[in-house]
Amino acid sequence: MRPSDQFPRPARRLFLASIPVVVVVGLVGTFAVALNDRSTDLPSVLVNRPAPNFTLPPILATGVPGLGRADLLGQVSVVNVFASWCIPCRDEHPLLVELKERTGVRLFGVNLKDEESNATAFLEELGNPYDAIGADRDGRASIDWGVYGVPETFLVGADGLVLRRHVGPLDRASLDEFVAAIAREKDPR
Amino acid sequence: MAIELGHFALVLAFAIACVSAIGGYFYWRSGERIALVLGQSAVLQFILVAIAFAALIQAFVKSDFSLALAVNNSHSLKPLIFKISGVWGNHEGSMLLWILILVAFGAMVATFGRRLPSDLMTLVLATQSLLVAAFAGFTLFTSNPFERVVPAPFEGNDLNPVLQDIGLAVHPPLLYMGYVGFSVCFSFAIAALISGRIDQAWARWVRPWTMLSWTFLTLGIAMGSYWAYYELGWGGWWFWDPVENASFMPWLAGTALLHSALVMEKRNALKIWTIFLSIITFSLSLLGTFLVRSGILTSVHTFASDPTRGLVILTLLALVIGGAFVLFALRASSLRQGGLFAPVSREGALILNNLFLASALGAVLVGTLYPLLLDALTGTTISVGAPFFNLTFGALMSPLLLVLPFGPLLAWKRADIVGAAQRLIGAAALAVSCTILVAGLGGVSISLAPLGLLLGFWVAFGAIAELIDRSKMGRIPPSESWRRLIGLPRSTWSTALAHFGIGVTVLGIVATSAWETELVTTLNPGDNVELSGYVIAFDSLAQVPGPNYVADEGHFTVTSPAGDTRPLIAERRTYVASGMPTTEAAIETYYFSQLYLQLGEPLEATQVIRVWHKPFITLIWFGAVLMAAAGVLSLSDRRYRIGLPRTGDGTVRAPAE
Repeated sequence: MRPSDQFPRPARRLFLASIPVVVVVGLVGTFAVALNDRSTDLPSVLVNRPAPNFTLPPILATGVPGLGRADLLGQVSVVNVFASWCIPCRDEHPLLVELKERTGVRLFGVNLKDEESNATAFLEELGNPYDAIGADRDGRASIDWGVYGVPETFLVGADGLVLRRHVGPLDRASLDEFVAAIAREKDPR
Repeated sequence: MAIELGHFALVLAFAIACVSAIGGYFYWRSGERIALVLGQSAVLQFILVAIAFAALIQAFVKSDFSLALAVNNSHSLKPLIFKISGVWGNHEGSMLLWILILVAFGAMVATFGRRLPSDLMTLVLATQSLLVAAFAGFTLFTSNPFERVVPAPFEGNDLNPVLQDIGLAVHPPLLYMGYVGFSVCFSFAIAALISGRIDQAWARWVRPWTMLSWTFLTLGIAMGSYWAYYELGWGGWWFWDPVENASFMPWLAGTALLHSALVMEKRNALKIWTIFLSIITFSLSLLGTFLVRSGILTSVHTFASDPTRGLVILTLLALVIGGAFVLFALRASSLRQGGLFAPVSREGALILNNLFLASALGAVLVGTLYPLLLDALTGTTISVGAPFFNLTFGALMSPLLLVLPFGPLLAWKRADIVGAAQRLIGAAALAVSCTILVAGLGGVSISLAPLGLLLGFWVAFGAIAELIDRSKMGRIPPSESWRRLIGLPRSTWSTALAHFGIGVTVLGIVATSAWETELVTTLNPGDNVELSGYVIAFDSLAQVPGPNYVADEGHFTVTSPAGDTRPLIAERRTYVASGMPTTEAAIETYYFSQLYLQLGEPLEATQVIRVWHKPFITLIWFGAVLMAAAGVLSLSDRRYRIGLPRTGDGTVRAPAE
């Protein structure tokens, strides 16, 4: 045994060998938290504030126009940030199609940091529910929106105020919340 | 009736597994008799679970829609093969497949492990039974595949169309055989820790099981990658999807285990590390199962997400893995290390291999779990993408590939690095000239391509260099060296073949990343386009009904640069029951390269067509097949068939080198 050893050797070994146990306990704890707390509605500084100013070019092959702040005014709309490289977006996409079908709300897409061809292929494969898509090639506009994960979905009122923000893929429950919120906006009684 | 019989068989298997586990842990010192009982119990568990599984298959084949699982995942018009594979294309059925393979491995250990000392055998089978009990219990209580529906509907909801493919029939069973096979290594590790039999003989018994599981896992991952490539229709072959990572992590750990068990078997060193790897490899398989089955990560592989189910499987996971590591912490600290060696030696090289593989594993693990941990701790949701993985994984693999050819040429204990380098000069020269030639012909489109090519050629030629060196080719008469070459042990051939396979895979990855070409255009029938010398003529578009879908078929004729013409058909399908669209790409192979053609959505009167030319892409999977073949070759090596040593008293014969 070297004199510099702080522990007698077996004790140090025990310490090293216990590390995996600690790691497992830590991981299991966080998994349990993650499983129980699946809510993805995040507070946003943007909620009840005007949507940021932006103008984004269209993706030509999709056949729908580009997107800017002016498009959001006049009636209630939903803005969804998506990308072909984002796997949760694939998962969420059928729900967006359903949202469009159920409410007929104006649905806008912000295509984040994507190749034009990939985004087109993504929409060709899964269908295109968007009324307009802005190609946010460098992610500048998404930063203004405070997006830090893809997908994110916003509800914007007719006056251009952001009403709601959902981070992560929509699921059945959050879809229903959106549908209800849209109905409330359209008919404030 | 058959359904109830199957259900009953599974319940019985569960009960027997419980008894086996408890009995085994209590009486493992009692010698031959208890080992015999547990062996029979393992075989019985296999028969019972096989009956349960057969019951499900017959319900799917007969389209028995009184079974809830069949209603949700089958359709009477589905082709027979997809009716069968539909059994495991869902959560409940895939759990049962998992258990079936688990009990099959248990039965195999009981059958082929007759030479094992009875205490080790008892503990191994008890641990296997514990796993069976845990997972059969999970299946029965939270996700019972045998539930009935009253009244039975006339037609089923059909299987997710993406899964209606021959890939589903092959990929999950292969992958599970790999995943679950590592349970044997896990059980051996637990048995070793309890009984204290941690020696060279143990490593020799564990290695064939590691090799077998690793071979299946290699094939399973390669198959999954090829399936994603042709079915998802983007022409990508690896996405760093969390679930792909979940299958890749046990592969990395298993590869490290193969190499460290070799050191333990030959030199009685790295014992604690090898035991640790045995536990971690299976733990990662379980983690993969958990990540997929709990729906905690959203992925293309998620069939169902149900938080309660997730919590139950998490608890199982915590008990199995946590228990194993507690045992490890208590016992490993009292182990004595043996087998001294110099840093430059075969052992040293294998440790280097393990260090790099473990670091790469750590990188993949962090990348996969980081979004999840961040979400749980801070509520922030992010996505870790391919750039992170490509950078970290590439940076860790490059040095490993660089030193790889040296490993097999180094001697045990203390080696001559200069001598090894001299023997590799030929391979290095050949690799450099091939790289210059290929990069010259192909043009350098991405800056790292030449480096990648160099590594690929270096590993491939380095693997052959070992064979040439061992057969003394060029130094003795050809007939004599041929005789030597044939006479080399199969393990040597296996090493060379596996390493050659890695080189081939690397070359495929580099070539297709560097020189892939892509074209998106709109075409009318009668139009032509050209891509990388291939002329693609769009002949016609026709609507064709399939068994449970309608398809738009695009007929194409492709003229290759060599002048031959071949017909291609790309499809766009809409499934009747679910209304879901899928695309079936047309893929044509020219030597090792492929032309990948996809029919997109109609745009007004024309069709959107996407074409890729993917040079040497098949090398990626061909290399994986070579690695798997090497695994099979190694399993047939004579040292696993005859002359198994008795318990480790240091009398293991020196390897025939």
